[in-house]
Amino acid sequence: MKITFPRMGNTHIPIKALLQGLKLEVIPPLPISKKTMELGVKYSPEYACLPLKINMGNFIETLDQGADTILMAGGWGPCRFGYYAQVERDILKDLGYQFDIVILEAPDSRLSELFKQIKKLGKNVSLFEVCKAIKFAWYKLNTVEQLEKKLEYILARVADKNAAEKVYNNGLDAIDKAGCYEEVAFALRSTLNKMEKLPHHNRILLKIGLVGEIYTILEPAANYNIVNYLGRLDGEVIRSIYTTDWINDHLLGGKIKKSNHQHIINCAKPYLNYWVGGHGQESVGSTVDFAQRNYHGVIQIGPMTCMPEIVAQSVLGKVSDEYGIPCMTMYFDEHAGTGGIYTRLEAFMDMLQRRVMEHNKHKFDLVAGRN
Amino acid sequence: MKRVGIPHGLFYYYYYPLWKTFFNSLGAEVVTSPATNRLIVDAGIQKAVDETCLPIKVYFGHVFQLCQQNLDYIFIPRLVSIEAKSYICPKFMGVPDMIKATIPGLPPVIDIVIDLSKTDKLLKKDIFQLGRLFTRDNKAIRNAYKKGLQEYYFCRALAGQGYTMSEAIQVWEGTSQDITGEYDLNLGLLGHGYSLYDENISMNIVNKVRAMGCRVHLPETCDRKSIEAEAATIPKRVFWTLGRKMVGSALHMDKRKDIDGMIYVACFGCGPDSLIGEIIERKIKNKPFMLITIDEHTGEGGLVTRLEAFCDMLRRRRASSENNISSHG
Repeated sequence: MKITFPRMGNTHIPIKALLQGLKLEVIPPLPISKKTMELGVKYSPEYACLPLKINMGNFIETLDQGADTILMAGGWGPCRFGYYAQVERDILKDLGYQFDIVILEAPDSRLSELFKQIKKLGKNVSLFEVCKAIKFAWYKLNTVEQLEKKLEYILARVADKNAAEKVYNNGLDAIDKAGCYEEVAFALRSTLNKMEKLPHHNRILLKIGLVGEIYTILEPAANYNIVNYLGRLDGEVIRSIYTTDWINDHLLGGKIKKSNHQHIINCAKPYLNYWVGGHGQESVGSTVDFAQRNYHGVIQIGPMTCMPEIVAQSVLGKVSDEYGIPCMTMYFDEHAGTGGIYTRLEAFMDMLQRRVMEHNKHKFDLVAGRN
Repeated sequence: MKRVGIPHGLFYYYYYPLWKTFFNSLGAEVVTSPATNRLIVDAGIQKAVDETCLPIKVYFGHVFQLCQQNLDYIFIPRLVSIEAKSYICPKFMGVPDMIKATIPGLPPVIDIVIDLSKTDKLLKKDIFQLGRLFTRDNKAIRNAYKKGLQEYYFCRALAGQGYTMSEAIQVWEGTSQDITGEYDLNLGLLGHGYSLYDENISMNIVNKVRAMGCRVHLPETCDRKSIEAEAATIPKRVFWTLGRKMVGSALHMDKRKDIDGMIYVACFGCGPDSLIGEIIERKIKNKPFMLITIDEHTGEGGLVTRLEAFCDMLRRRRASSENNISSHG
């Protein structure tokens, strides 16, 4: 059995570790390239949202490499994601591929069921080894996320942005290749050290909250890497969704670590009073939360025609008015005109910068000696 | 007498008889906006976020129209789920909030939650809460709701005779509708009721194909049990109520000998339709199938041409399957 799975940000590193721990032969998804997009767009329904199309591209590429089993997640709506696996299976079968698909259905915060599904995947492994694999994968996930957070923090501050990205990418590679706890810890520590040694600039720093749909936020290819681009424009990005938090809130019922999920939902309350599937309510709640914490601006991102995000977008205008925080919504599809996207981001950042300067006018006057 | 406004959009086409009877029995006057027209569509497009689908935009337009009238309440229910373990669509779940955030000067909004996905106890509670706005008599509220349900079933039975839901509601209100005509083709017409039966959104597609000589078969005219049975043949239960109805109807019509072809009317940007259309297209084996996507674009020419071509193709197909060799060569 050669197993493969869809790519979402850096989650392929822990998932690969998990499946290898279950003694499976893994064909990890290739990084999402232009070819991946083209394949996916060609064979997917025209109006489906972007993650489905990218998934399709991933699957076709790995099936061509010889994978024979696909691992995919499911769900029970109302967001379209719950039906992805069904449509993808039908399309791939009609294309003539021979494969099995294992769908991990969302277990309604019943951990035991997810555990059983994972256990069933591994052939010839003991319960002890399954636990060990899950624990190691969780550890790797945490390390990867620490690195991601560090990059978001440091990229806005360093003078040489390319160097920071290079150190980060090398660090990810090292974590991916690491086979035991010591190696992972060493890779993390040395990468963090290298990042901290990079020299900083002294321009104005902007704090940007990034809210929206989980796949678009986590996968750089689905958002044309705007997180790093904002970093390059001296914007420190804080995301509303991190993978460990999501797993903690939605799969483990908030039992592993402290969760602010309830706080976010409460923040959404006067504006969006009901759960609308996907991350609609979280997007609104996080925006309110960012505004209360005096962030400079919020960017909402999602795939084109994403239903929960459209609901969120409709009420974000009111949040923006009442809290006085600039919000911008961007939808992404396979149209890869990055020029337009980057121009909008630059304009947004310029506007925020001017607001900051206006707000702190007396300080700048002092610096310029015009008092 | 209190005046309650019901916007003429979305689930108006399924539940208007129920709510109208309910409010009337409790002594309230029901005001609706006129059938969708260009002004309403334009107002909706202006108010709603660009990315929403056309039926939602039109609904915004209707609400805006109702705001101009002197109302005590406006009825915008939050339709989460109308049956167990299924949803309508995320946008339906957020519609009251979307409207409150974008349309200023609303009369007091009645946004009861209708969620039958887990239990129907919540609905009962909400119905009583709703009724208390007009009366304190619990028995009257219960009777009003019962009466509403009866009228709703009556209307559904009317739709079973071949009327669209919009025509059925007009018949129910006392205007007669003529749907007899010379039909030589039998066409299955699928789509979400709020786009298919709204003559402005669907560009009057039902009457257009009738004028081309097609007897129209709608999901409401099919046997409900066989729709459910066919929908259950799909490996994973479709968790959108309307989506499941469409898949079931399409598979049911696919097996029926008397139906010549099927047309699916989808809205641009509709989430469920983007996947349901694909599933139907792949599962249908015997019948010609066409998917038409509509948005606020008003050029009717393209639609008419496609419908005509589809009907011509169906006629030619039938002629060849009957081994009638054309005398024109």
